[in-house]
Parts: sequence; C-alpha cells; structure tokens
Amino acid sequence: MPSTLFDKIWTTHVVTDRGDESLLYVDRVLLQENSFHAFDKIRREGRTVRNPNQAFGFSDHYVPTRNRELGIDGIRDPEIRNMVDLITSDTETYGIELFGLGHDYQGILHVVGPELGITQPGLVIAGADSHTSTHGALGAYAFGIGSSEVAHVLATQTLWRSKPKTLRVTISGERRTGVSSKDLVLFLIRTIGSGGAVGYAVEYSGDTIDELSVEARMTVCNMSIEAGARAGLIAPDQKVFDYMRGKPMVPIGTQWEKALAYWETLETDPGSVFDREVQIEASEIAPQVTWGTNPEMVADVTGSVPDPDVEQDPERKNRMTRALEYMGLHANQMIQSIPLDRVFIGSCTNSRIEDLRIVAQVMKGQTCRIPTMIVPGSEQVKRAAESEGLHEIFQLAGAEWLAPGCSMCVGINGDMLASGERAASTSNRNFEGRQGQGGRTHLVSPAMAAAASITGQFENISSYAEAGSWNL
Amino acid sequence: MEPLIQISAIGAPLRLANVNTDQLFPARFIKKPRDVGYAQYLFHDIRRTDAGDINPNFSINNPKFETAKILFAGSNFGSGSSREGAVYALYDSGFRAVFAPSFGEIFAANCLKNGVLTARLDQETIESIQEELDRAQEPRVSVDIDQECITLPAGQVVKFSLEPFQKHCLMNGLNEIDLSLQFNEEITAFEESHRRTYPWTAL
Repeated sequence: MPSTLFDKIWTTHVVTDRGDESLLYVDRVLLQENSFHAFDKIRREGRTVRNPNQAFGFSDHYVPTRNRELGIDGIRDPEIRNMVDLITSDTETYGIELFGLGHDYQGILHVVGPELGITQPGLVIAGADSHTSTHGALGAYAFGIGSSEVAHVLATQTLWRSKPKTLRVTISGERRTGVSSKDLVLFLIRTIGSGGAVGYAVEYSGDTIDELSVEARMTVCNMSIEAGARAGLIAPDQKVFDYMRGKPMVPIGTQWEKALAYWETLETDPGSVFDREVQIEASEIAPQVTWGTNPEMVADVTGSVPDPDVEQDPERKNRMTRALEYMGLHANQMIQSIPLDRVFIGSCTNSRIEDLRIVAQVMKGQTCRIPTMIVPGSEQVKRAAESEGLHEIFQLAGAEWLAPGCSMCVGINGDMLASGERAASTSNRNFEGRQGQGGRTHLVSPAMAAAASITGQFENISSYAEAGSWNL
Repeated sequence: MEPLIQISAIGAPLRLANVNTDQLFPARFIKKPRDVGYAQYLFHDIRRTDAGDINPNFSINNPKFETAKILFAGSNFGSGSSREGAVYALYDSGFRAVFAPSFGEIFAANCLKNGVLTARLDQETIESIQEELDRAQEPRVSVDIDQECITLPAGQVVKFSLEPFQKHCLMNGLNEIDLSLQFNEEITAFEESHRRTYPWTAL
C-alpha cells in the first residue's frame, strides 16, 4: 500500500499501541528556558533523564539582545535572569548539552537545530515550543509539547500520541514578484483559518514548495501551528540533502551514505490518500499583511481592512470589531495608509541568513524612517551576516543590529512594544499583547518589513525594480 | 494527580472563538514559579478593559460565575503557544473541565496531563448551553466522566465522547510517566533495534 511521508515516519517510531494511542519513540527533545516546570516535575517525582544525549537546551526566550558582552550580568531583571540561570543549572544537573548565553552556537532553538544538524529527515522531534513544527521542513515529524510532556520524554524517551489525520496542502505555479514563503503561509492561514488544520499533520507539496529554499520551507512549516496543525512536513529532496551535508551533527563517511539512502525513501508514494487536500494557486497570492489580532486576519498589501458590518456571523463580527478597536484601525482603511511606529525583523519564522540578505537588499543605501530592530536567529547567522557585511548595510541605514534570541516576537526578554505602538514584524503571532501590552503587530515578510522601515508604511514591494532578483 | 470522575459545579460561558494561550496566560507571567498560584493570571488581560479595570462584561467576572469549574468556550480554544501555564492558571482557578467545538491540540494534551477534562461539543450545542447558563439563576452543571454526559441546570442531558485512553487517565488520576515506565522493556527493545536500523541517529 502506498504511504505518505508522515505515515513512514510514524510507523518507524511506534513502540507499542494502547487503544487509540501509540507510544511513540522520540529521537530528539528540544528545551528552552520555559522548560523549568518539566525539570521541577522530574525532581519532584525523583526521576532520572533516560537519554541526556538526545536532549538539547537553548537559551533564547529570555536572553538579552543588547550588552551581551556582560554575559548573565547584562540581565538586570532578577526574574528574567533567573530563567536563564535555571536552564543553565537544570541542563548541567542532568548532563544535557546547552546552547546557552555566550555559546558560539547560541540562538533560537528552531534556527539552531537545523543549522547544527540536530534536525534530520525521518526523525521524531518534540520541542518545548509550539513552533517546533519548523523542523518538518527537513522531513522530520516535529511538534510542540507542554512541560508535562517534556518531563515524560525526558523520563521515558517516548510520548503517547493518537495518530493525527493527514492534510496535504499543494501550492502550484509561479509566485508573483516579491511574494515570499511568508506570504504563502499567511495566505494559507487566511484561507483555511487559524483552526483550519487542527487535528492534522500537514504535508506541503507542489512545484511552488519544491522551488523554495530549505530556509524558506522552514518559514512555511513554522507557521503550521498558526493554522492549528501541530506539525507540518515537506519531503526531503536534493536541496535538503545538500543542506544537511557537513553540518556538525550530521554523519559522515559510510554513515552518511546509509542515512542518505534512507532519507531518499522519505517521500509520499504516488497514489497515497490524504484525509484532506487543499490546493492553492501561487499566482493568486500578493504580498500579505495581517490587520487583526489573529494570524487568519490577513489582507493583500494593496487591499484594505475589512468591514465588520458586512460580516453575517455575530461572533465573527464581534471579534473583527474588537480586533479593529485593539489595532486602532477602521473598516475599509487602505493597508498602505497605516502609519507604522517600529519594525521588528527576527524570530524563528524569519531570522535566517537568507531573510537578512533580502532585508539588506531593500535597505542598501537607504535610511530607516522608523526605529528598526534586526535580531539574527543565531550566533552562526550573526557571524554569516557580518562576514557578508550585511550588518554595515543595516547600521548605515540606521537599524539596530542586535544579538540572537526570540526578542520582540514574544517580548519576554524585555524587548517589547509600548502600549499603542504599531509594528511591522516578521514574527508569527499578532495576538493582543503578544509583543507588549497594548502593542499592535502586523505580520509581514522580511522584504515587506524592510520596505516599511524605509518609508514608515507598507509598500507594494511587487512593483520594486529589484524584487525580481530576490531569492525569497 | 487527582482522579476526575464527576464534577458538579457552576458552568460558565465564554463566547469567544480562537482564545489563545497568550490570552489564557500572558507570556510575561511564565517566569513566575508555580507556587505563587497562577489563578491571579488567568485571562489576565482579556478580563480587563484596555484601561486595566475589571471588565464586568467578561463572563467569568460576573459574580454568578465566580466559582465556576466548568467552561463552555468557543472554537479553537487554547490555540497558540505550548505554555502549560495556561492550564495551571485554569486549574488553580478551580476549572476542571472545558467544553468547546475544537481545541488547540497542545493545550488539550496539557489539560489531560493535569487532570483537566477537554471535550468537544458542536457549535450549536455549545451556544444553547451558553444561553441556558446565562438564563439560569444558579447555572449548576454536572459532568459524569464515566457516562460521558453533562446534566444542564434545567435537567437536560447532553452526551459527549472521550477517547478511551483519555478517560482512563482522567478517571484514575494517572501519572502518565508511571504508566509509560510499565513499558520500559518494550522501550528498551525498541531503542536497541531503532539504533541498529538507523545508527546515524544515535547520539
């Protein structure tokens, strides 16, 4: 019987079944500062960590993006400092490798995992963060878990799971100029809704996906959770194999050959049946901008804010009205007429070297009109950007070039919007208060964020002369 | 974990779809240790007006629903971040069951691990229950986990369905890690075979 990529990974990881649930073997577990509850549970229940080598810790959510030369002393808030201290001491106690503050490979867990080869095709990866779906771009089954499940994996190397249904999203055709992977996934969420993929593992396919770079695919898989899917996957192809080769934790020699031979089998067999299929024509997609407080509230940059009065469903109408009130927008307002206060470029969605290269192309020789923070996803991305001189372009334009971490995506390290401030952000969530209480977030692609930084408003970047050369 | 078999308590309506875990438990409170009690953080920002005052129109601010343990919410409840603090905040506030048309999956899994029931009811049923709770003088509801049914204030019985595994864990207050460690031999055998078949994945 033909099987899907997802089925192949699932089947090779079932330890045992119990009714509707399978005990699934977990190859890697990824931890961050918020995992302290999991370590508390392990301690309280007197358990041991079964395979510390299969767990990796990351300091990313609470690390400062400024004054990094001061190390831990650069964190003034004692509660924030405590979070960075806890992941340091907990990982040390249990013998888990930590990519912590000051480490050459420190960075956001979803950026560092792939770039070190911790993430590999065919693995089951559980992460203490909902954006663990990112790792599916390399052909892994990767999903976010809460603290209790983190403790469960640490103690048993397994998780109980009922098998999700499968949804294939096929995106076909050539993209319009200036349309990036971020626009593809925002358009998808706009189409199926923020709960549209609840209960499904999503496989992305189609020639538009094939065309995307590995990094751009990560952006797509990253936001699967914003459509409600715990995991998003893409079958690994030559681009992925080339990406994997030479990564520090990827096998070499005969082990590489064996791994590669296996990875090549990780595709959905022709004739496989999915529980649900969604088809999208890439040519229909313009650069996207969110206008509301949920990632499904999205408009074309050339469009306008919708009018709640034309919405029939009273609950939806209420939500739209509330979103406009919170966002300080009015019905039918043109997206390009919204004045912005700030720009944030970063997060596990868009902080990789390719993202920064595009930002640099847009900013080169220009001046930022509004305050702009650029936060690379990892120390490795930071070094790469600096070796290419990108940081000089950013700094000459007047943008802040900062140290790696989650920063203002989640606003818990102290980087945040003031109440009423409006930002164009390359991150993944525009929820009320997400980037700071009262802060207003518009989710966009890196190119759009860079353009907004220069002019203070959203731009129809499809018409930019240089947009044809962007590798998005 | 305490076994959850029957709940007889006030039920509260929450007429809002896509309530995310940032709304259940804002990120700035994640760094608080659990022993401070998370009840104070539940719905912290959305139960207040933009000026920061308690919003009397937010259902669970209504004195009638103050002691609620059962929530009847909108679709995609608990979407977003994996933070388990969202469940701790519900639990510490006394909630033991949430009914909604659909749930954020990570949130639902987190609920199960903490002995909080999540079960789906269709949109229409949820809406009619929400109306009844608003109308009832004492919006008391009983939930029978074993029989998979809810008895509403006026006496009407509504069925829901649970996965057998979920039901077993809730009713027995199982610590899942203990349960899983009963399969330790299977896990070890699987692990050895997995490492032989895919040696490059071993660390």
